[in-house]
Amino acid sequence: MENIAFGLIVAITLGSALMVVMTQQLLYSAIALLFTLFGVAGLYIFMWADFMAGVQIVIYIGGILVLLIFGIMLTNKISSVNISHTSLQRRVGAVITLGVLGFLIPMITNTSWLQLSSEEPAQTADSIGRLLMMEYLLPFEVASLLLLGALIGAAMLSRNTN
Amino acid sequence: MIVDNLIDWFPTSAAWPGLTFIVAVILCAVPVFIFIAVYALVAIYGELKISSFIQDKVGPMGQGVGLHAWRWGLLQPVADALKLILKEDIIPSSADKKLFILAPFIVFIGAFIAFSALPFSQTLIIADMNIGIFYILAVSSLGVIGIILAGWSSNNKWSLYGAMRSAAQIVSYEIPAALSIVVVIMLTSTMSMQGIIQYQSGLVWGFLPNWLLFNNPFTFLAFFIFFISGVAECNRTPFDIPEAESELVAGAFTEYSGMRYAFFFLSEYANMFVVSGVAATAFMGGWQSPIPGMFNTPGWGLFWFISKSMFLIFMMIWFRWTFPRLRVDQLMDVCWKGFIPISLFNIFGVGIWYLLIG
Repeated sequence: MENIAFGLIVAITLGSALMVVMTQQLLYSAIALLFTLFGVAGLYIFMWADFMAGVQIVIYIGGILVLLIFGIMLTNKISSVNISHTSLQRRVGAVITLGVLGFLIPMITNTSWLQLSSEEPAQTADSIGRLLMMEYLLPFEVASLLLLGALIGAAMLSRNTN
Repeated sequence: MIVDNLIDWFPTSAAWPGLTFIVAVILCAVPVFIFIAVYALVAIYGELKISSFIQDKVGPMGQGVGLHAWRWGLLQPVADALKLILKEDIIPSSADKKLFILAPFIVFIGAFIAFSALPFSQTLIIADMNIGIFYILAVSSLGVIGIILAGWSSNNKWSLYGAMRSAAQIVSYEIPAALSIVVVIMLTSTMSMQGIIQYQSGLVWGFLPNWLLFNNPFTFLAFFIFFISGVAECNRTPFDIPEAESELVAGAFTEYSGMRYAFFFLSEYANMFVVSGVAATAFMGGWQSPIPGMFNTPGWGLFWFISKSMFLIFMMIWFRWTFPRLRVDQLMDVCWKGFIPISLFNIFGVGIWYLLIG
């Protein structure tokens, strides 16, 4: 039962990730990325990290992907010349990819992976909140300061100078 | 909850895990789809009649029971639905065909999968997730992408304008809606939909039911911000500038016809129910009875939840036929200069309330 759901999610993730790379149309890549990000959110759920899955959807799909599609849409009309992206130097790329894979496979098989319990934890978001508010308060605040700076910068740039 | 129960009902099917999976998915998805379809017919009928009464007309009369004798026009939404199904499915020759076909499904899926966390009653909820309310906020952002795709792939300037406006509006109004939900989560200290409802049992101020709407002034304010932002997220009047018939034909949906258009229509109504359902759950006690201690069986729970949601949908229809449409800049002003500061203040206020009063 879980295996089937897991298989489906992995198939969606990998299939759409392949689409992102293979397709020639930039917008199609962006849409395929939607399914990839959704699949990754599904993988988080299998690690009992449902809060992370929600955050993944909100930030990556609701935020970054929308921004990406906005950018493509505003620069790319159907009737105009297509912004396409092709792959260059496929042979060299294949060699490098296979080389990296050659390193990765032994690493994956040799690592002693942390085994999660099959019991559902009672509260999943709780511990994240506690850690953020107690142990990692300073990094958390620094990150929010960075975002505030970005916000003010964006407001400055888009402000009417008159 | 329902998914778990279903899997428990098939203990012998260990040899057929695939079958259990398919049966569980179908048993959860099909009733939700049927519910959305039936509810949409009711809501369309309500929209037609309420709009007519507001504008001092009589509305549809000729269709249905008794035809002209019994002038209710009950079958008007059925006729509308049949008309949409039978209409020719037109795909513009210069449109991007694949994305044009995909867009309505993405919009509908965004609305459809949110139903899996709505608590219809004490026992009737497809999955009572730990992060229920956050899940609904997250998946409702899927719809934006569908609308943008619809606008772009139609290859039509009105569609593109509509899509841009819609995306800007939905992305903006998601923020005050989410911040208002934060107020709820702070008080109830859970994100599970059932947990939020269970928090709201009993009385407050001596006589009112302990709904978060009445709990304290900050949640009272948060309810209105959430609900109005929800109306904006559904692209309904007075926030319907993405569709704006008088200027953009039908916005992002201009080129759509027949069943594909019907799917956008259905998603709009499904989204209205999701927003109303979340508002009813988070602020109006969900399936809790308005008279504490009475009528609290699961059957009544279903009745209360549906009535509260339908009441909020009635409010949305009322808005639509009484308020004029906002301008684009007014719309953004309301969100960024009005709602967001108020909801940030709300979070601050509810924190102090929680510390001092509890």
